[in-house]
Amino acid sequence: VIAVVLALLIVPLAAGIICAVRPARSARAASAVTVAAGVACFALVLALVPATAHRDLNYLSYLRVDAVSAIFLLATGFLYAAVAVYAVGYTKRHEELYARRFYAGLNLFAWSMLAAPLMSSLALLWIAVEVTTIISALLVAIEALSTEEGDHAAEAAWKYVLIASAGLSLALLATVLAYFAGSQVLGEHYNLAIQPLIQAGAHLPHTPVRLAFLLALLGYGTKVGLFPVHTWLPDAHSEAPTPVSALLSGSLLAVSFYAILRFYQVAAATLGSGFPRDALLAFGVASLLLAALYVFGQRDIKRLLAYSSVEHMGILAIGVSFGAPVALAGVMLHVLAHAAAKGNAFMGAGVFTVKFGSKEISALRGGLDALPWSGPLFLLAVFALSAMPPSGIFRSEFQIVYGGLGSGNYAAAAVLVVLITVAFFGLTASATRMLFTPAPRPLNRSEPSIWMVIPVVAGVAVLFILGLHPPAELTGLIYRAVAQLGAAR
Amino acid sequence: MDPVQAPGVYQGAANVIAAVMLLIEFGMLRQALARDQVRLYMAQSALISVLAVVIAADRNLPDLYALAALSAALKVVAVPLVLRRLLSGTGGGEEEPLGAGEEPLGVAGSHTLSPASAVLTGIVLAAFGFFCFGAMGIKGPAAPATALAIAGAMVLVAFGLMIVRRDVASQAIGFFSLENAISLAALVVAAGLPLILETAFLFDLLVAVVVFAMLIRTHHSRAESLSTADLTRLRG
Repeated sequence: VIAVVLALLIVPLAAGIICAVRPARSARAASAVTVAAGVACFALVLALVPATAHRDLNYLSYLRVDAVSAIFLLATGFLYAAVAVYAVGYTKRHEELYARRFYAGLNLFAWSMLAAPLMSSLALLWIAVEVTTIISALLVAIEALSTEEGDHAAEAAWKYVLIASAGLSLALLATVLAYFAGSQVLGEHYNLAIQPLIQAGAHLPHTPVRLAFLLALLGYGTKVGLFPVHTWLPDAHSEAPTPVSALLSGSLLAVSFYAILRFYQVAAATLGSGFPRDALLAFGVASLLLAALYVFGQRDIKRLLAYSSVEHMGILAIGVSFGAPVALAGVMLHVLAHAAAKGNAFMGAGVFTVKFGSKEISALRGGLDALPWSGPLFLLAVFALSAMPPSGIFRSEFQIVYGGLGSGNYAAAAVLVVLITVAFFGLTASATRMLFTPAPRPLNRSEPSIWMVIPVVAGVAVLFILGLHPPAELTGLIYRAVAQLGAAR
Repeated sequence: MDPVQAPGVYQGAANVIAAVMLLIEFGMLRQALARDQVRLYMAQSALISVLAVVIAADRNLPDLYALAALSAALKVVAVPLVLRRLLSGTGGGEEEPLGAGEEPLGVAGSHTLSPASAVLTGIVLAAFGFFCFGAMGIKGPAAPATALAIAGAMVLVAFGLMIVRRDVASQAIGFFSLENAISLAALVVAAGLPLILETAFLFDLLVAVVVFAMLIRTHHSRAESLSTADLTRLRG
């Protein structure tokens, strides 16, 4: 299994380097390398599932894969493969220079996101998340860096890198305080490994751990997009290339949430779960409220989906705050289902923007007539995001609400249901206008590229599988992840 | 009641260095030119290396000598070099003669508050950070609580610097000084952190500096200014 773990670190990095240093080869070669790397990484992650469903894997002092990290690896692995295929069609309309830079950045971005859950130490986890920021900021700015256009992309990238880096500085301070707390018990020369810290939780000093958790929640929460530190998110998601938007939303936010979960484990082991749960509930409800209100009146399709991401990150935070095993299982499933659904929604939105030449919702009309595949698939993605059965998100949100009611959090569960319903109306109102309102002028009924349809079909299949009958191996993995998260309570 | 004890050499040195770093942070808040802010950043970064040497000697942590050298190479030499080249390329560091109606390029005359108000705001932030961190009583045998509280104050003042300036160069310098504040906190409470991790943090900073520089250059080439006044197109 060590070979699988090392390959997960090496394959996307090698693909990124090949795309970056062999620019003489065409963009087509870069796309082939990226597709191969994406599909290979997804296969490698799948290969890890049976092992991590039964035991934790530790390698070379600094690498560790347990059930929790495997869930997040699955989300990233799937989305990496999906956007790699999608990008073949997406980059056809771009210059050679843009495409080569794009593929190099995409692979390196995926590498950093795959590396983060593999790190055994809070320090290395922070470094990996910071690397995701650096690479993704360049990807957000790629239009400004590679073409004469892209003023909006330059603005979004600056706001993103400044706000996210400042947030991650707080996360670094949290990491320092976690080290200080750990050093009181484990001695000064330990490497901030997460597992020993959790195991020593009962003996750690409370004040540094409490402060570290709050700073981590605020710091990594900036990357997650939690209110009130979400302000970079709609800009970056809307201005990034569509495949990058899909990765940002479906994977990067989740990876940052993974970092919060690790601090949650340490805090719960030290302080009991009351304090960290309350903090997560406050941030989660505020984020969900903001997103539910902001999805109304959005004029840009990608900004609309970006606020939907804030909504779903709020749901994750609320789910963890409920603490009940069924809610935690819902959270783990939600990470996977949201990756598939949001990836699909962004990829579908990308097809619309190519077809209609605009991101403005008011300019996107008659989608069902103009796009025989992407129109219905986008509708399915929006329904999935809105938790319509039988999608995986329906199942995960049902579990979270059920867990909330079961654990006595009636008010929070009720608020969750109400705000999800509000967001549902906002999201579907825009989507149905795009799809069912006739276009002012007739358009050819065709797809821009078959490559931009294939991964969306795969995403729909994943959503149905997660909603109707998750595979036994995956269920076992989720149970183990829940036990690991619950064990820290 | 415990008698008040004078701090030892290490604690005293850590506290003094931390206090000087905070004063430098105020200098950056007050300073009008980005070029001078870079100089102050160099001085602040040099103090970080000095503190690392003091801690290495006092607590017999030889790794910290290497860290001090690496930190100095990066923060006292490399980062300021990148920033100066950037500023000279954008006209941000020089006091160039201005035409009629022309705004100074990159000059940190981009206060959203007057310098006096900015410094007063900084004092409030510093006091809040100092007393909050101080009241938490985070201390250990090797962690001077005062220096940690000053690091907390520096963090807030650095955030203030990033907020009150309306040019990308000053905002970036504010971010780098925020990183210095975290480094100060790390040195006083996490001096034993393995060198490999400290080195990784520094390398990460180097990459971040390069990316900041690329984005600043891109911004300047488009806006023909370092001002962030026009970065208002994305709303809602």
